[in-house]
Amino acid sequence: MDFNDSQQEAAFRKEARDFLEANAEKRSIISDKPNDKSPQIAVAGAPETVKGGKEAAQEALERAKVWQKKKAEAGFAAILWPKEFGGYGGSPIQQVIYSQEEHDYLVPSGYFEIGIGMLGPTMMVWGKDEDKKRYLPKMITGEEIWCQLFSEPSAGSDLAGIKMKAEKDGDEWVLNGQKVWTSGAHFADYGMIVARSDPSALKHKGLTYFYLDMKTPGIEVRPIKQISGTSNFNEVFFNDVRIPDSQRLGGEGEGWKVALTTLMNERLAVGDPPGLDFDQIFEATKELEVEDGLAIKNSEVRQKMADWYVQSRGLQYTKFRSITALSKGQTPGPELSISKLVTASKMQDVSAYALELMDSSGMVHHDQNPVLKNLFQNGYFFSAAMRIAGGTDEVLRNIIAERVLGLPQDERADKKVPFNELPSGKN
Amino acid sequence: MNFDFSDDQKLLRDQARKFLFDKCDRKSVRTILDDDQLHYHKELWSQISEMGWTGTAIPEEYGGLGLGMLELCVIAEELGRSLAPTPFSSSIYLFAEFIKNYGSEDQKKKFLPLIASGEKIGTFALSETNGTPKPSNVKTEYSSEKIDGYKSPVSDGETADYLIIAANSDNKGNRNSLSLYIVDLHQDGVSKTSLETIDPTRPACSIKFENVKAELLGEQGMAWDMTENIFNRAAVLYSFEQVGGAQVSLDEAKKYSMERFAFGRQIGSFQALKHKMADMYVKIELARSNAYYGAWALSTDSNELPVAAAGARVSASDAFNYAAKENIQIHGGVGFTWDYDCHLFYRRSKLLSLNIGSTRQWKENLISNLEKRNIV
Repeated sequence: MDFNDSQQEAAFRKEARDFLEANAEKRSIISDKPNDKSPQIAVAGAPETVKGGKEAAQEALERAKVWQKKKAEAGFAAILWPKEFGGYGGSPIQQVIYSQEEHDYLVPSGYFEIGIGMLGPTMMVWGKDEDKKRYLPKMITGEEIWCQLFSEPSAGSDLAGIKMKAEKDGDEWVLNGQKVWTSGAHFADYGMIVARSDPSALKHKGLTYFYLDMKTPGIEVRPIKQISGTSNFNEVFFNDVRIPDSQRLGGEGEGWKVALTTLMNERLAVGDPPGLDFDQIFEATKELEVEDGLAIKNSEVRQKMADWYVQSRGLQYTKFRSITALSKGQTPGPELSISKLVTASKMQDVSAYALELMDSSGMVHHDQNPVLKNLFQNGYFFSAAMRIAGGTDEVLRNIIAERVLGLPQDERADKKVPFNELPSGKN
Repeated sequence: MNFDFSDDQKLLRDQARKFLFDKCDRKSVRTILDDDQLHYHKELWSQISEMGWTGTAIPEEYGGLGLGMLELCVIAEELGRSLAPTPFSSSIYLFAEFIKNYGSEDQKKKFLPLIASGEKIGTFALSETNGTPKPSNVKTEYSSEKIDGYKSPVSDGETADYLIIAANSDNKGNRNSLSLYIVDLHQDGVSKTSLETIDPTRPACSIKFENVKAELLGEQGMAWDMTENIFNRAAVLYSFEQVGGAQVSLDEAKKYSMERFAFGRQIGSFQALKHKMADMYVKIELARSNAYYGAWALSTDSNELPVAAAGARVSASDAFNYAAKENIQIHGGVGFTWDYDCHLFYRRSKLLSLNIGSTRQWKENLISNLEKRNIV
């Protein structure tokens, strides 16, 4: 057992580190920057719009694009992608090494991951050659941003239950309906969408998958104000949106299969959100006072901290086990499936407990007079969303139970019934 | 990065698993559970000793196999899986490690070959009163080469031939007045009283010492420091036993939930149970990873050991305690009968999380070692 890089890995790590050192600023445990939104960087989505309205958001977007261009020029923006599309043509272990290094730096993130991590790979599998040539390189450089139009008001955890209508009209398709929880739709240039082309088929059979220009007439994007007060997710309305059949990915009725390609890449795209963890509350307990002195000296506090430490490091070492497999050129086991499930709840517990330690000053969530840079106040809200986004805690437990442990699927009422005959409640 | 056991170590694991599956089935575990007079599985003990497991991490010059601590971790996990009713932990993780790390050359030559061959069994005794042991609670005294006092509970005390004991070498009653001594338990003045335990397959006793001969181990006044270090080393090994036991608890819960039908379907298809088992899996994977880190620190003599060992211990105790209790819950009514095996794991999980300091204590160790390290 050792934690050493192989010679090639060490060389790549140096390359990554040199690039980051020259181009980015190091992150501190509890950031000194009052506007550092690091705990709010979404786990499976774009960053929340920066407080300060549209202008600030636009500025942040421009900054992100500048960074992405640099990163792409250095080759680090899409390490796993083949060179012909502007990728690095690298290995999973190199992606891991770069992410490890970038994790220590304050860099914009959350704008390009869905495209590069999930949608690009979907186009590589299902798209035509001219599409790949046209769209993939600009996805990497950040010149064009993509969003994923999957969830609907009545189809969240049960994603295949989508109702967005896709009706064929000659060489065109006409889309009508609503998508929701679309990260970054308000700044995205393109999107990928699953819609129902045959409501009389079985639920998973009647779907078709497309890509589209977000400026296509009939598309309306409305931001959703979230628990944190900011907006990252959107509702997207489709009103007689006409797109050519050439923008279809996969066959008619094959949409679910294509969507699975996208979703299978989700785990890889969903990085490690920097931010709120054991290290932050450990620092905080050295500053905060409780009834008998510094919080770090209180035995109840210490007992709780130990739990978070073993969760935090347990996850880190679990990742090391997966990386070991990658480094040997093997496929990692299912152990990393626990990651978001543990991280989100830990963040929520850590935030809530840190607010407790602040006592009444934990009530304050003020930009100009922040308590410990608002880290835990922000985390308190962000973690509630994180337990839902990218698969709820409950869905993740089902996935572990069924796919990892091999337990039987739940009884389902929707297996043998045409979609339009399924009971659907109010929606 | 190579954060995994080697192919040879995995081979050892597979062999150990197969061997224990054959020779240490539940029936043989239960013979020790059901018979008050039996303190361990003698046949199994002599078989695993013959194969050299007891000498795994003891150097060849002292009669061991001269393999490393990683190999011992591998064996520990398998012993935990099989609920092996043997004094392995007391004799190997504790007694042998004390002698190996702190014994004089003469002591190593005298004791290690006997322990490595399984011919003799050793154990360790610190506790004298209820609650967390601390220096001021140790009343046992050493003077003029003789020990007087009392220790309880002493794991595997009934079967042990040798004991390492913490006693006061002067009267100050503080940390630096305690030293460690080696005691031959086959002598006048040693009186043992059997104690029933929450897991009778892992027995204990109390021992009274009256004018008993003893020899110093290591430096005088260093009992507490030596014990902390050996407990850190042992904690990693215990955590592998715990991970092994937790994994089998989950496997058996899963198996039962797929065989048992209620409301016309396998109970394992109900989300309430699936989520419980998913939570078991999460805790076990975290514990396994923390144990690996402990194994790395142990095998490389890293100064990370105090933090790594405490992390492994806390995580493994949490995983096994949770998996064992929820295994009973998933079994329903039969889960709390004597006939079903759930209680064997429930017993073992709690016993293992107590015998070298409680989880509470290890959490405190973890944070205080993090403070000492001052970087996280």
